[in-house]
Amino acid sequence: MNLTIALFGIAREIVGKSSLEIAAPAGQSAAGLLADLRAQYPALAGLRSLAVAVNNEYAAGDLALHERDEIALIPPVAGG
Amino acid sequence: MHHIDLTDQPIDVAAALHAAESDEAGAVNAFIGTVRNRSEGRRVVRLHYEAYPPMALHQLRRVAEMAQEKWPMLREVALVHRHGTLEIGDVVVVVAVSTPHRADSFAACQYIIDTLKEVVPIWKKEEYEDGTVWVAAHP
Repeated sequence: MNLTIALFGIAREIVGKSSLEIAAPAGQSAAGLLADLRAQYPALAGLRSLAVAVNNEYAAGDLALHERDEIALIPPVAGG
Repeated sequence: MHHIDLTDQPIDVAAALHAAESDEAGAVNAFIGTVRNRSEGRRVVRLHYEAYPPMALHQLRRVAEMAQEKWPMLREVALVHRHGTLEIGDVVVVVAVSTPHRADSFAACQYIIDTLKEVVPIWKKEEYEDGTVWVAAHP
């Protein structure tokens, strides 16, 4: 399946674009996606934290992803 | 009804405070976050805030709901965060809550700003005279 990942902040700068299309095995988990992205973009592994958001909620590592999900990579937040 | 907003325009602080008022409350407590001119000894020129708008708005609402669960006596919550490029002294965020008595209003207001900083997907890049840094990105 193909996943579209929205990127923000330092994650957007590391990857070099604001949206990434990647092919993933069916049933790919949020943790699996993170592992793949860290392997492809090693600078992501140097961040203080990195989360996956699915449909506006933080995803648990074992959450299975689907093609129609709105997926985003969430580097360390710093609002306020 | 809580007043929750994410905006790329200057925040109307008076309107946010007004939104938090309630005839059933004896206290309105507000936190106003502003852009500071120094960070860890470096002179800050301006700040660039980036948001993931739909999720940020959803999480701002969640923070207000969590506060309402912890402090059932909360009457109104106003929570407004700005994004985009901000200059020194600009207002970044306003949290205002009303409760019947003041002690709960201080606690709820602090809980909301502290939780916002942990969960709402907004990022801050500090611009100095000689470069930029994404705040808190690295250990």
